[in-house]
Amino acid sequence: MALLTCDNLSVGYEGRPVAKDIQFAVHPGDYLCIVGENGSGKTTLMKTILGLLPPLSGTLKTQGEGRRIGYLPQQSAAQRDFPASVKEVVLSGCLNQGRGLFYTKAQKERARHNMERLDVWKLQNRCYRELSGGQQQRALLARALCAADTMLLLDEPAAGLDPQITEDMYQVIEQLNQAGLTIIMITHDVAASLTYASHILHVAGTPLYFGPKAGYLQSPEGRRYAQEGKA
Amino acid sequence: MTGGIIETLTMYLSYPFVRYALIVGVLVALSASLLGVVLVLRRLSYIGDGLAHVAFGAMAIATVMNVTNNMLLVLPITILFSILLLHGGRRVKIQGDAAIAMMSVGALAIGYILFNLFPPKGGNVSGDVCTTLFGSTSILTLSRQEVWLSIGLSAGVVLLFVLFYNRVFALTFDGEFAAATGMNTGLYNIAIAVVIATVISLAMNLVGSLLISALLVFPALSAMRVYKSFRAVVICSAVFGVVAALAGILVSILAGTPVGATIVAADIAGFLLFTLAGLMKGRIQG
Repeated sequence: MALLTCDNLSVGYEGRPVAKDIQFAVHPGDYLCIVGENGSGKTTLMKTILGLLPPLSGTLKTQGEGRRIGYLPQQSAAQRDFPASVKEVVLSGCLNQGRGLFYTKAQKERARHNMERLDVWKLQNRCYRELSGGQQQRALLARALCAADTMLLLDEPAAGLDPQITEDMYQVIEQLNQAGLTIIMITHDVAASLTYASHILHVAGTPLYFGPKAGYLQSPEGRRYAQEGKA
Repeated sequence: MTGGIIETLTMYLSYPFVRYALIVGVLVALSASLLGVVLVLRRLSYIGDGLAHVAFGAMAIATVMNVTNNMLLVLPITILFSILLLHGGRRVKIQGDAAIAMMSVGALAIGYILFNLFPPKGGNVSGDVCTTLFGSTSILTLSRQEVWLSIGLSAGVVLLFVLFYNRVFALTFDGEFAAATGMNTGLYNIAIAVVIATVISLAMNLVGSLLISALLVFPALSAMRVYKSFRAVVICSAVFGVVAALAGILVSILAGTPVGATIVAADIAGFLLFTLAGLMKGRIQG
């Protein structure tokens, strides 16, 4: 059973479509990379999947655990100088785990578990803005895991990180995927998607390809992108 | 010398209007400093200023129309504009900051025209405008009813802030993540807009519309110089706002300076002090 199914989906703003006829499905354990150039509708598609934008037409169905998606956003300028401790940031991911006003023991335990899982437990009282880029991403990933531990949507998780940290970040995501998490990752980095993904969705206004990675390498787009090394 | 100051203060504090001013001043400063943290961190400090000018325009209308309780008119109008700015702003074609600038200057001009066309009975125009803008004397003419209104409203603000603290943090730190993981951010944004408008309408009585931004912005910015977790910034900001308001009012009583401006002067002094403290803290750690 698919966690997320898109049928003839059109996404866009105020009735103007940015990407049309999108068709794909995500099954438990998949590692889907959504690739495409700037302006191809990747981010709009992502916002639609998250429920921040209504679909223009077509259907987007989520089932079972797919209804709760953890989200790793691109960092905004405002966050970079936000006074918050790592613990406060990670705990805020637990808000959708209960209806109460204050965090319960279970929610705190969940935050602790995910901080340990991503190796930021020791940083819990440090100020978020004083962490390195890689540590900040790990903290945000722990927050995303608090919100949902079946499916994660990552928006350019390696943007602005240096090569060593980028590699490290991909390893962390790979480990989460191997532990059973379903991953949807939006990225420019074709080399990385060809290394780690199980499925690829290539969008450029309309989808150019969707399917398993092996098939992508046989497709004209896939061959071209694999040669150029970037989308 | 010290004995003299205490004697003078005791003398002044025996007047109910001075006590009223202290109570209302401290409570309004407390509410404003809490909300200021949210506004500053969401890069919306300028909204305070814009809304204050809208409140000025509303106040002019209320004065011209001879409404017995100004608040009955000022509050709804300010709330309406606050929601438009904070919530509807994303859909309007005009850019957010330009919209605020337009609204701010527009309300100020219309208010001033109204005061001139229909001068309030027995008042003088420049005196009334000055009071509404700088709040120079209005805090000393508060009625018992207004004091209770302030107590009720600020108690409400503090209570809401404490109860929804975790959600306020999530919304302020990353509204998109909060919305994506199931929070009704639209509703919370409207609630925040209403609360901000209420505090600004209230604060008109204290420092007047021109200086409200100071009450909102200074405590939060000062706290951020020194503290690095959200909780510490919120607590420090509240304490800073209360102390500065208290100090400002007491000094203005003793020195005979305008209340609103003196509170802001106390805020500036506190900000410089915290900046220095932040620099020293950084040096010790660094």
